[in-house]
Amino acid sequence: MLQNFIDAYSPDNLRYLFGGLGITILVSVVSIIGSFIIGSILGIIRYVKIKYFSAIVGFIIDIIRNLPLILILFFTYFGLPNLGVKPEIIPAAILAMTIFESTMLAEIVRSGIQAVDPGQMEGARANGLTYWQGLWHIVLPQAMVKMIPAIVSQFISLVKDTSLATIILLPEMLYRSQIIYGQNTNYIIPMFVAIALMYFVVCYCLSVLARYLEKRQA
Amino acid sequence: MIHIFANYGGTLLYGLGQTLLCSVLALIFSLILGTLFALLEESPSKFARGVARVYIEIFRNIPLLVITMFFYVVFPLYVVKMNGFTAGTIGLTLYTSAFIAETVRAGIQSVDPGQMEGARANGLSFWQAMRFIILPQAFRYVIPPLGNQFVNLVKNSSTLAFVGGFDLMYQGNVIASSSLETIAAYSAVGVLYLVITMPISYYMRYLEKRLA
Repeated sequence: MLQNFIDAYSPDNLRYLFGGLGITILVSVVSIIGSFIIGSILGIIRYVKIKYFSAIVGFIIDIIRNLPLILILFFTYFGLPNLGVKPEIIPAAILAMTIFESTMLAEIVRSGIQAVDPGQMEGARANGLTYWQGLWHIVLPQAMVKMIPAIVSQFISLVKDTSLATIILLPEMLYRSQIIYGQNTNYIIPMFVAIALMYFVVCYCLSVLARYLEKRQA
Repeated sequence: MIHIFANYGGTLLYGLGQTLLCSVLALIFSLILGTLFALLEESPSKFARGVARVYIEIFRNIPLLVITMFFYVVFPLYVVKMNGFTAGTIGLTLYTSAFIAETVRAGIQSVDPGQMEGARANGLSFWQAMRFIILPQAFRYVIPPLGNQFVNLVKNSSTLAFVGGFDLMYQGNVIASSSLETIAAYSAVGVLYLVITMPISYYMRYLEKRLA
């Protein structure tokens, strides 16, 4: 049993697995940045209630939020070619993750803004700021502080969800571990231990960060 | 999309049934497990708190797919053979129970501590007070987040497609590859998911507003 572990963690295999971790992190980081920007914009659109427009955007957000991520991955990777666009695997995974996670963030941003005392906006308006100035300088900074823990835990889900992209053959950790244990069934347990640990370390660090931010805010 | 429903209606309905069955089973078991671990975390015993903490952190920080694959790939080799549906439901239960534990714990903590003190002062043991005083009040707060967990559960049950669980997502793939109408097939699957998830999440938002 121990020998299996030693054999499975050969330098070549480890390098291959850590390469997978690199792809997981690459996809996560790009999707995090993209979905944070798009999600914030969508959340603000939903909050400010522009006639018809906000309602339509809100409805689309609700539709995407309530679909499984795997389905969105299939749409981007297998569906888009039917419309004449053929994305590579990594951009397709990033696109799907960004679309899905930005709708999740939009909800967090909207409820974060709503949690700010409406008196803040009234005060800002009474002091001569325009609606948008009040939103940008007074309401949003306060909302952001309230939202940070929820946003970080959403990013933890995002990192975990990158594993679903194995279904479109994104060569990340889980996919690569399957290739390694496909060659030798003795490596199955060592591989599961390795990837579980790698995911755990990344996600646990993020959740410690989330808890620290939550405490500091309280 | 309509002809997909017409031609493959039976397949889709079967998949929908499997998805619902798996989600409901996983919900029931993860509610039991999650409440149990939430209680352990709030219990006076340091050891019990430690066990609960470890369990929750492990299953919260490892992707669902890795857990499911573990039961699908490793378990049959060393312990007991199981089909994709069972492996998927077990994985889903363990994963969701960690989140439900956190939700229930937050609910317990939102109950005024005076309630526990009052119950103890009136001669109830810790567990009696939990059972009869704290939990009934806590569950009122946790219903909206639990509903959202159920929506997540239905969405996450699509991991069954990885392990041959014959759920909606799996059938969607079968239809997409046999009809070659990828977009129509996946849209049909999407509509069926939305039929389950949308009403629940709108109702939970309504409940949240009413409670607030």
